[in-house]
Amino acid sequence: MSTHHHHAKDFLFTYVFSTDHKMISKQFLITGFLMGFVGLLMSTLFRLQLGWPGESFQMVELLMGSWQENGVMSPDKYLALVTMHGTIMVFFLLTAGLSGTFSNLLIPLQIGARDMASGFLNMLSYWFFFLSSVIMIISLFVEGGSASAGWTIYPPLSALPQAIPGSGAGMTLWLVSMSIFIVSSLLGSLNYIVTIFNLRTKGMTMTRLPLTIWAFLLTAVLGVLSFPVLLSAALLLVFDRSFGTSFYLSDIYIGGQVLEHSGGSPILFEHLFWFLGHPEVYIVLLPALGITSEIISTMSRKPIFGYRAMIGSMMAIGFL
Amino acid sequence: MMTIVVIITAILIVTVASQLLKIAELRAKSKGELIYEVSEKAGKTQGTLLLTFLFVLMGFFFWQMYSWYGLRLPDSASIHGESIDFLSDVTYMIITPVFILTHIVLLWFCYKYAYSSKRKALFFSHSNKLEAIWTITPALVLTVLILMGLTSWNQIMTPVPSETDHVLIELTGQQFTWTARYAGEDKKLGRSHVTLIEGVNATGVDAKDENAKDDKLVKGEFHLPVGVPVQFVFRSLDAIHSAYLPHFRAQMNCVPGITTQFNFTPTITTEEMKAKTGNEDFNYVLLCNKICGAAHYNMQMDVVVESQEDYDKWLAEQKTFVE
Repeated sequence: MSTHHHHAKDFLFTYVFSTDHKMISKQFLITGFLMGFVGLLMSTLFRLQLGWPGESFQMVELLMGSWQENGVMSPDKYLALVTMHGTIMVFFLLTAGLSGTFSNLLIPLQIGARDMASGFLNMLSYWFFFLSSVIMIISLFVEGGSASAGWTIYPPLSALPQAIPGSGAGMTLWLVSMSIFIVSSLLGSLNYIVTIFNLRTKGMTMTRLPLTIWAFLLTAVLGVLSFPVLLSAALLLVFDRSFGTSFYLSDIYIGGQVLEHSGGSPILFEHLFWFLGHPEVYIVLLPALGITSEIISTMSRKPIFGYRAMIGSMMAIGFL
Repeated sequence: MMTIVVIITAILIVTVASQLLKIAELRAKSKGELIYEVSEKAGKTQGTLLLTFLFVLMGFFFWQMYSWYGLRLPDSASIHGESIDFLSDVTYMIITPVFILTHIVLLWFCYKYAYSSKRKALFFSHSNKLEAIWTITPALVLTVLILMGLTSWNQIMTPVPSETDHVLIELTGQQFTWTARYAGEDKKLGRSHVTLIEGVNATGVDAKDENAKDDKLVKGEFHLPVGVPVQFVFRSLDAIHSAYLPHFRAQMNCVPGITTQFNFTPTITTEEMKAKTGNEDFNYVLLCNKICGAAHYNMQMDVVVESQEDYDKWLAEQKTFVE
């Protein structure tokens, strides 16, 4: 009995609450993949509807229940699926799944460090990510369905439950989930930056770093600079939704009555959102650029062509 | 129940497949084969596969171009739309050859330079001249494209000067309809605010404003005279909408709390367009192009472009706001 107990504890700290960068990268990989599958399934479902708008898919109703009565998807649930698909693919798969997996696995290995600068923060980063994934999935099952205002969640559509059913509890959970996700992403990025700057092995100067690591470094810097802005945008939206403030709302007539909000502007949200949204493209692109450059140069048995120029252009992309 | 069975079956199939792969790997290992070493044969196979992929990709690309080319929008029905179409054509003329060439080179080289024990890779680590060439060329091309884009954007976004003869229309979006308001004889729109919405006054026009007295509110379809600049003002009452007039190459967000503007000059009447496209049912449409709620897909309004006389006749039949 006691050995069994010991074994269980071992298991817990090796596979679950691990601070080992390789294990954490596998955790990110598996969670990212699962989320990716969910996102893929959603896109298949709503594209079936889009491709054959007149057809009835009785089989799909088995999976979708009341979202797909008589085999035809209801319009607001179509939007809900589009929204969730976008969110999951952009943030959970391409941001956390990609950076979380490869940065965690490769940074310590390729710069000759024993592990990340802070294994504990790394573990926290994964568990925040896991929590936010779970909340995002749960939001599919609340009353009114998940968030349905598009992955850019522009208010007032996302701010007013009377505008679309998904802007009720589903939207609240979306915001909670994204806030936790951003915390996870920040913890991860800080860790990557600190590790790359401080834990390089002897002789590993910045100009000898593999291009992959350069790409991860720039990605992390972009993440640290832009994700907090999305967090603030999300928090202000929470205030607007729950505490009656008017950051994003002004002059609105909906459901037969005029709302009391005035003085805000949805444009503010668009700016805050795209302060993240624009760098996000490069957060997704840069790791892939770094990885492919290195794989191709290794496989063709040649040194990377124009190493410094490549770093320069990645920095330029990051700056843009 | 059915769902669960399907999911479990899928998981089992994946497990079986991965186990089979593992067995194959172990078998090769036990025979003493070097499974992680790249052999010449493997290199050649991969190269051939990539070359096959090149043919499939290009075949698919041209087949898609061929199948859907006819579904493009008909010729632009507005003056500025021609410059937008021109920009789009130029962009495609540049990127299509680049796309085709780079993919041919990438995949063909994978085949041509597949691993061979007879050949050694050339050590060639950098060349400033080459770098300069392939940095400056795209930079120049992009700069030209962006400058062209900016110029036409500035032309399009300049409001029609008030002394020019033009039609002033306000489009108001709300879940899930459009309302058009014509400025009337004084060519001025009256004030409006959401707090004034009441009964038939669905967009909140201020009845006390002198300018509002001759304004005309229209729903369902609105008419435009051909060849006259039309200045649009956009409002929204609830969510963000986007007024999208694809045939005129025009789109602008409607944001609650502020007004946005856009103008264009229609050049082809609805009748002419019907003849041109050979489609008797053709109609210009105004659509919503920003997710705005459950019935977003159905938020539209017809647009009729006609001669000045027909337009004047139609407008005279519409009631003014005070009536």
